[in-house]
Amino acid sequence: MSVRHALLALLSEGPKFGLRLQQEFESRTGEVWPLNVGQVYTTLQRLERDGFVESDGEGGEGSQKDFRITSEGRRELTAWLRTPPDSEIPPRDELVIKVLVALQVPGVDVLNVTQAHRRHLVETMHRYTQVKADAAEHDLGLALVVDAELFRLEGVVRWLDAADARLRQLDDTSKAPPPVARSESHGSVSGRR
Amino acid sequence: MTAMLEMRGVSKVYGSGPTEVSALWDVGLSVDRGEMVAIMGPSGSGKSTLLTIAGSLEEPTSGEVLVDGSELSEMSPNDRARLRRRSIGYIFQDFNLLAGLTAAENVALPLELDGFESGAAHTTGLEALRELGLADRSSHFPDDLSGGERQRVAIARAVVGNRRLLLADEPSGALDSVNGEAVMRLLRDACRRGMAGVVVTHDAQLAAWADRVVFLRDGRIVDHTAQTPGPESLLSGPEE
Repeated sequence: MSVRHALLALLSEGPKFGLRLQQEFESRTGEVWPLNVGQVYTTLQRLERDGFVESDGEGGEGSQKDFRITSEGRRELTAWLRTPPDSEIPPRDELVIKVLVALQVPGVDVLNVTQAHRRHLVETMHRYTQVKADAAEHDLGLALVVDAELFRLEGVVRWLDAADARLRQLDDTSKAPPPVARSESHGSVSGRR
Repeated sequence: MTAMLEMRGVSKVYGSGPTEVSALWDVGLSVDRGEMVAIMGPSGSGKSTLLTIAGSLEEPTSGEVLVDGSELSEMSPNDRARLRRRSIGYIFQDFNLLAGLTAAENVALPLELDGFESGAAHTTGLEALRELGLADRSSHFPDDLSGGERQRVAIARAVVGNRRLLLADEPSGALDSVNGEAVMRLLRDACRRGMAGVVVTHDAQLAAWADRVVFLRDGRIVDHTAQTPGPESLLSGPEE
């Protein structure tokens, strides 16, 4: 989450002071990402240094000093909105590693491992869904944040489902009658069984 | 409290001898009023068989199924048919609405089949549609409705009258995620008002709307989520 760009977005609506920026940031992200006011001021100082915002220059720390976005700040915000997040390098996913390791450990039923994770994921999804179900209908920020998390978790469950299907397919193949004994005919008859 | 749906040691075998296929094996499931349970599993895991047996559309090879305390195999075929008409609501992925009837007529149909006078059935049907936000669509035919609206009509038909058990097979499988969510909200609301719900799905996002998720694999229940506290506490209404 880029706090820098979130603050620029809030300032693009008009000048605001630090405490108000902190409150608006939290309410618009469904209060899922807490942000302390100190972090807001540090970020504002950096934005000011980079020429993306300017302040009225009065008052010290903690006072109600208004910040405004500059035209350079607007350009930066627009460019950032369209820049894809860094998803080129596959993350080293711990769950993928666990399943891969489970395949190697003798005596471990991999389907039981994937099921344990599936159950845990669905339980987490249930809690998120409760949050969405209980939220006011107009709370768009919350719905979007919760949806993002639900789609991400669902993606993991679907990966587990696909992993199960592949494992079972492999299991069926290994249980099937062995292909015709190696012959000199380059395997062209092996499909007949 | 008696469970609305109770399945004990239910097995279902199709065919015999070398072609024998075991679709369900020793399934035990109990669903209370006010509770929505999702059954999750891959294709061929026995989800739909479980649902058709719970709804008395199919008989188990062995085991007992009780709906509101009555054992289905001990009931006469007529009594079972009455139970299906009167107490059980079914929702399918492809809506199963009759194309030649309007939305209101589709919803009123089960009541009329159950002996309601036509005018009263129509009034009750309209009320069910109104509660689901479809008052202005009551005289439309299914072909003139969107997918989301059709499924809401199907939900109205499944909950109309004094139905107690709601059985849904991939109820939002044909809908986009926002309409799918709306369908799950409505099913959840129907359960909160006192119905017992069983929803079969392979979709984790839909299953997450249920109070409890049961996982099926190769016809067996292999796992379930922890039951969250509280559906009972929400049932403070005058239901039953």
